[in-house]
Amino acid sequence: MAAAVITASGVNKRYVMHGRKATALKERFVQSAKRQVGAATEFYALKDIDVVIGAGETVGLIGPNGAGKSTLLKILAGILRPTSGVVDVQGRIASLLELGAGFNAELTGRENVYLNAALLGLSKKEVDRLFDSIVEFSEQGPRIDDPVKHYSSGEYVKLGFAIAVHVDPDILLIDEVLAVGDEAFARKCLAKIAEFQQAGKTILFVTHALDLVEQLCTRGIVVDHGMIQYDGDPAFAVGTLRKILGTDRPAGAPLEPEEIGGMVIEDAVASTRVGGAATDRVRPGRSLHVRVLVDVLQGEGLVEGEVQVVVMGAGDIPVLALRTRPGGHVPAVPGRYTVDLQLPDMPPLVGAFILGVSVLDAATGQPITARRFDRAFWVLDGPRGALLHLPTTAKVRA
Amino acid sequence: MASQTVSEAGDRAALARSRAAAQGRIRWELLSLLVRKDLKVKYQGSAIGFAWSLANPLIQMAIYYVIFSKVLDNHIPAYAIYLMAGLLPFSAFSSGVVGASGSVVGSAGLVKKVSFPRLVLPLSAVGFALVQFLLQFVLLLFIVAVSGHDFIGWNLLLIVPAVALLVAFTTSLSILVSAINVRWRDTSHFVEIAMLVWFWANPILYAGGLVKDKLNAHGVFWLYFLNPMATVVSTMQRAIYKEPYYTFQGKAKPLLVDAGYALYVRNLAIGFAISAVLLLLARAVFNRLQADFAEDL
Repeated sequence: MAAAVITASGVNKRYVMHGRKATALKERFVQSAKRQVGAATEFYALKDIDVVIGAGETVGLIGPNGAGKSTLLKILAGILRPTSGVVDVQGRIASLLELGAGFNAELTGRENVYLNAALLGLSKKEVDRLFDSIVEFSEQGPRIDDPVKHYSSGEYVKLGFAIAVHVDPDILLIDEVLAVGDEAFARKCLAKIAEFQQAGKTILFVTHALDLVEQLCTRGIVVDHGMIQYDGDPAFAVGTLRKILGTDRPAGAPLEPEEIGGMVIEDAVASTRVGGAATDRVRPGRSLHVRVLVDVLQGEGLVEGEVQVVVMGAGDIPVLALRTRPGGHVPAVPGRYTVDLQLPDMPPLVGAFILGVSVLDAATGQPITARRFDRAFWVLDGPRGALLHLPTTAKVRA
Repeated sequence: MASQTVSEAGDRAALARSRAAAQGRIRWELLSLLVRKDLKVKYQGSAIGFAWSLANPLIQMAIYYVIFSKVLDNHIPAYAIYLMAGLLPFSAFSSGVVGASGSVVGSAGLVKKVSFPRLVLPLSAVGFALVQFLLQFVLLLFIVAVSGHDFIGWNLLLIVPAVALLVAFTTSLSILVSAINVRWRDTSHFVEIAMLVWFWANPILYAGGLVKDKLNAHGVFWLYFLNPMATVVSTMQRAIYKEPYYTFQGKAKPLLVDAGYALYVRNLAIGFAISAVLLLLARAVFNRLQADFAEDL
């Protein structure tokens, strides 16, 4: 791995929440006088974060609202102090935590460029040299001499982004600001980010645009409830987040077993032989065996159930389905059933996959219950970007 | 080949470290930009702009002059000059410290979103006050010269240490109050009132020589100069006003704190020592509190 530019170890961030913060002296006295008001609740925005980010990585920091992403970014940027833990950052940082943070509304764009760049650590000489390029990137033209209070929010962020990227940072921290500009500008920003990636710079951004994470990042980190829930492949980070958010299963398939229509899907295991232990690798061309355990409970209105197992890729894209056949369905009789399904010839899929199991009414095809299993198995570690890895031939002519 | 890569990586790491350090350093350029920003924002859209900063002390001087010299008839010759020699540095001190006390809180948006050396905030507030002081002071010297008041001499050299002490003490106190005000917002209100009281602890309107006689009777005159601003004010008067006595009912009365120089030098030394201690304390407090600025705002 490349040299670490950001190292955070054991980082905790605790916020103490008073009903109302006692910043005035009188309130402090009053609060300490009657102790019970000091019933401050503690809240950990970050819990025991360990993360090492190497030079040249592009990291997408994703998570639900209030998960602690922005707090983490601010700690890395040196704006907030961790309650405990150590953060070490090597190199010049440019942070875009808010559109045009630090702009003074009364000053012109030009004056703000100089001020903002100076705050980010640039000398006047350097800004002189970069000024035209900044203006060009921001697309402000002659408007650069207007007070920024007359700018639209899009123009604000364009100028802010233009300055931040011209600071020539070693590390660029971006917090959900790219969404503001129009599409043309967004494209330009992405091109700039690609340029940064090629120059070996480190980029860390918080975003809710999950497709951007899959598209741009070399690594995805999912933060939820102040903890890192997943750290690794961006596509899987996105899948993990969708799982947390519950946007991964339109039919509302839960992770936990749930009794619906008198059925409970107890378990589903992918293995390389019938009834074998769970595997984390299935080679292409070999068999995939899936054993599903279904309980049919005592009750009325039981129907014959067709079991369907869907192999899902990153982002829970359904790739292929295995089904029980007529005559092999789960009967409408209470009891525990073991269903073995087999895919005799695993196609050359690339990446990691998980199983989604549903039981359908065999007569109508309507889903009765569904459940998702997040135990993943790998098929091929090929280049990302496609689901199938097939032999190809190519010729190049002059 | 491998060793070359290692040394390149080493260079890169060293470069990265030096660039990270540059971001945390206080730079004059940044300070001057911030001061110019404050000046521009303050006087933007006003017709006479910066002249307003001269109007304030001139009007203050006119009022004090009329009341103390004409109405109360204090017999101090060229009272206007005596007055300005003390009033201008104290105004600079007062506006610097008051401005600095709200400087971090007033830049909440910046502090919460951008990482930069927070110390530039109180420092730029002090810089803002000093720029105004320098212009007012040049105007004062011009008025003194035009009025024909005799002030040329070695005494003028005292201006240098007096202004230096003004800068040192104002800066130290400003750093302290700017940080404390983030945690306890009462600070800025307290500072404003303290300045009203503090004003009278200096021989600005009254004759320092009279205070000397009164306090010397109890042997506590030295206490008076534990206030570095009293040193700044009295030294400025010695530098510009020059005339140590005034005549009242046929008798010579002491006007300045001292007619010689030794006392001023001693006072300046005390003032610098106090400022140095205060600066160390202020830096320590600021460094301790600044890590939580973004959270406390």
